[in-house]
Amino acid sequence: MTDKFDAIVVGGGHNGLVCSALLARSGKQVLLLEANEQVGGAAVTREFADGYSVSACAHLLYNLQPSVIKDLKLNPVLASEDMTTIALDDDGEHVRIKGDKVTGAKDGDAENYKAFYKRMTRFSDLLKTYFNKTPPRLGTKDFKDLATLAQLGFDVRRLGKEEMRAFLRLIGMNIHDEVVERFGCPVLKGAISFDAVLGTHLGPRSPNTIMTYLYRLAGDHGRIASPKGGMGSVSDELARAARDAGVTIRTGMPVKRIIVGNGRVTGVETEGGERFDSLTVVSNADPKRTMMTLVGARHMETGFTRRIHHMRASGNTAKLHLALDGLPDIPGMDKKEYGERIVIAPTEDYVERAFNPAKYGESSPEPVLEVTFPSFRDESLAPTGKHVLSAVVQYAPYERKGGWTNEARAEFESAAIRVLEKYMPDIAQRITASELLTPADIEREFHITGGHWHHGELTLDQFLFTRPVYGAAQYRTPVDGLYLCGAGAHPGGGVSGAAGRNAARAILSREKAA
Amino acid sequence: MSVFEVPQGRLTTPFYERMKAVDTLNTWHEWKGYTTPDELYCGETEYFALRNTTGVFDITPMTKYRITGPDSLAYIDRLVTRDMSKIKPGRVAYAVWCDDRGQVIDDGTIFHLREGEYRLCSQERHMAWLTAAAIGFDVSIVDETADVAALAVQGPTTWSILNNMGLEGLEELKPFGLTHFDFEGTELMVSRTGFTGDLGYELWMAPEKAEALWDALFDAGKDYAMRAIGVHALELARVEAGYLAAYVDFLPANATVRTGRTRSPLELGLGWLVDLKKPNFNGRRALAEEKRKGSTWRLVKLDIEGNKVAHSSYIFSDAKASKKAIGFVTSAVWSPVCKQNVAIGSVRTPHGEVGSNVWVEVYYQREMHWNREMAKATVVDKPFWFPPRRSATPPGPF
Repeated sequence: MTDKFDAIVVGGGHNGLVCSALLARSGKQVLLLEANEQVGGAAVTREFADGYSVSACAHLLYNLQPSVIKDLKLNPVLASEDMTTIALDDDGEHVRIKGDKVTGAKDGDAENYKAFYKRMTRFSDLLKTYFNKTPPRLGTKDFKDLATLAQLGFDVRRLGKEEMRAFLRLIGMNIHDEVVERFGCPVLKGAISFDAVLGTHLGPRSPNTIMTYLYRLAGDHGRIASPKGGMGSVSDELARAARDAGVTIRTGMPVKRIIVGNGRVTGVETEGGERFDSLTVVSNADPKRTMMTLVGARHMETGFTRRIHHMRASGNTAKLHLALDGLPDIPGMDKKEYGERIVIAPTEDYVERAFNPAKYGESSPEPVLEVTFPSFRDESLAPTGKHVLSAVVQYAPYERKGGWTNEARAEFESAAIRVLEKYMPDIAQRITASELLTPADIEREFHITGGHWHHGELTLDQFLFTRPVYGAAQYRTPVDGLYLCGAGAHPGGGVSGAAGRNAARAILSREKAA
Repeated sequence: MSVFEVPQGRLTTPFYERMKAVDTLNTWHEWKGYTTPDELYCGETEYFALRNTTGVFDITPMTKYRITGPDSLAYIDRLVTRDMSKIKPGRVAYAVWCDDRGQVIDDGTIFHLREGEYRLCSQERHMAWLTAAAIGFDVSIVDETADVAALAVQGPTTWSILNNMGLEGLEELKPFGLTHFDFEGTELMVSRTGFTGDLGYELWMAPEKAEALWDALFDAGKDYAMRAIGVHALELARVEAGYLAAYVDFLPANATVRTGRTRSPLELGLGWLVDLKKPNFNGRRALAEEKRKGSTWRLVKLDIEGNKVAHSSYIFSDAKASKKAIGFVTSAVWSPVCKQNVAIGSVRTPHGEVGSNVWVEVYYQREMHWNREMAKATVVDKPFWFPPRRSATPPGPF
């Protein structure tokens, strides 16, 4: 017995939820199949120790698109918004960054930062326009593609001569050179470098880390929020919107393969052997899993297969969760500041040094961290008086030499705790339970090949009209009826919903044209 | 490995000493790293041996890949445009393979040696492409060019000579068939294939037995005016047979820089090799689209008036060459056996329908001075040289 749907969405990550909801709102019968027991993909909240819950992977919102909120009439509840970034200093002279304001930095850096921020947000605004559009195809005579391309050129030109030059110079450049030229304060330089490389397999000296920095800013000029109830609440809200729109959501249904007949999709088959028919299948899974595992090379052509196969998608970011019997002491930081975002990246070279071993398949002995105490403003996450520490820890390369054995994980976890101890001397005594998710764990638990946040490295060669690869950058794949809607598609990862929304629009406009 | 340990200069094949022994001209050139003769004693004599008796050409430098593994058929079927499931063990298929845009990378022959075991032969090297094509398939691809010595034995008397050599039952072998024999304790593979458009066979064996085989072959052929030949004779026969050569009649798609310089199989007259009923193969989408929209180029075989060879000539739609050229000649020879001035060329559609006339602009030199002549040409369908014995089974003695 098979059921027939207008569209099947494979994977209920936040993009899959957005895409399915939008398709259903335009009158389609949509089935969404999620492998895990709860929807949300890497945007979920779950209990990691008795009474302690945390956002399992993504833990901060900085990119949720207003267009998605509007289209789906979402109402996310935030525990804190417009958070300050506190960059910790070894001597307690912490630097606080919020919007274009920096406090605690050395002479002149506050002014320098204002100018830097102004330019960077101007550039990121330019990118942002394109985050809500299907990227143009190259080498076609299609009017829409040419118009988008011309608009891009025009927008760059409209920056003015000086700024256009600066944009073209900076877009491929590394963040290290830029911060060293502009700032004196090591902690500020470290924090900016950190933001540029967060979630990537890049160090501050790697090319195009200014582009990744702009990507962060493109969300909401870098404004960061923390959802109440953890990231899972955002997914729950999306799932509600999807169900309201009429999407059939079935969890615990891992898809085994996407069925292809005569060059076009005809449906999907689950691990449990159930088959669902549809001439439109939208994959929220990463491009490699979608094309290589679910579709299979024999249904694709060699050039395309090679590009997907060689797509760089190895994660380098781990997630550390600590259950604490109380807030740790952080010298130099006010008690009320525990609800903010804390960054441990004391200098730009510290960040680069943390990255160095990752190039050779080793984890950082002195990692960089982004720390939050989500329970500080959200009591639902921990028992009364107790707290949760949620940290993003880099670098933990997916392709670790010798693999992610228990010893390797213990070693990396204690390296992270050693770094924390420098700034929070009593942290070790306060830990009652802990959990470390390496990219290997993220791959296993959230079915993301390589465990990469963005489903694929965010670099210029895998960006815009070549994301994930040429031939699939407009959400459509070479297999008729098969679309991508996940972070591997344009514009990329982060809980933004942009890829899901753009994909839905691409599918609908294609149907209209046909 | 130091630079001094890398083989320097040209490689020689296992037949080199035997060819050297009959070589009086010492004109050799490079073919994929090996040295290969232009002519050995006289190009014309070698050509007439090929057409009237038997010519023996060393094809060891030809690229050979061994493709094995559980997915070998699925792999090859997706690689090439024709339906390989129809090619049973013991059969050989002429095939063409394309990139994703449906543009020809190369053509070659695929030997289904035994169940699931294939040999792919081509003029060019393709390891990079074949390796890329293997992503997601359980196959092994081994370059066995140096591990297999091979001879093309071509001409009217070949069956008689091979029969004389003791290869019994060869008369049953159909064109594009292959069979195995024992030769002095090693395996000798014989296929009824070739590049000359006539009756002919190709012999494949381990390099250790190469000289012994050469000797046995020439011993069996001593009463049949059999001769070793060079590339010049073969090239003449190749054009007469209407076969294409990479880098001459088309450019491998992955070797071009400019757009529009590649050709699809449909544009090379190889539409019969493209099976759009197959669910997937490299270039399928693009070729289906081309079939709908029409091709840009068409390959033509030209029978040209006069005897001036139309090397690299422009092709025009009228005698006055008043309009833009519609194409150009890629291969041209005076065919001694057909007594015809023939050429292979590429013209823009809709020009070049079979039976239509076009004009070629021939330049030729007489005592330093150049002359120009517009020669009328007819587009023909069949190869210029196509004797019945080529496809007859048994081929019979000549």
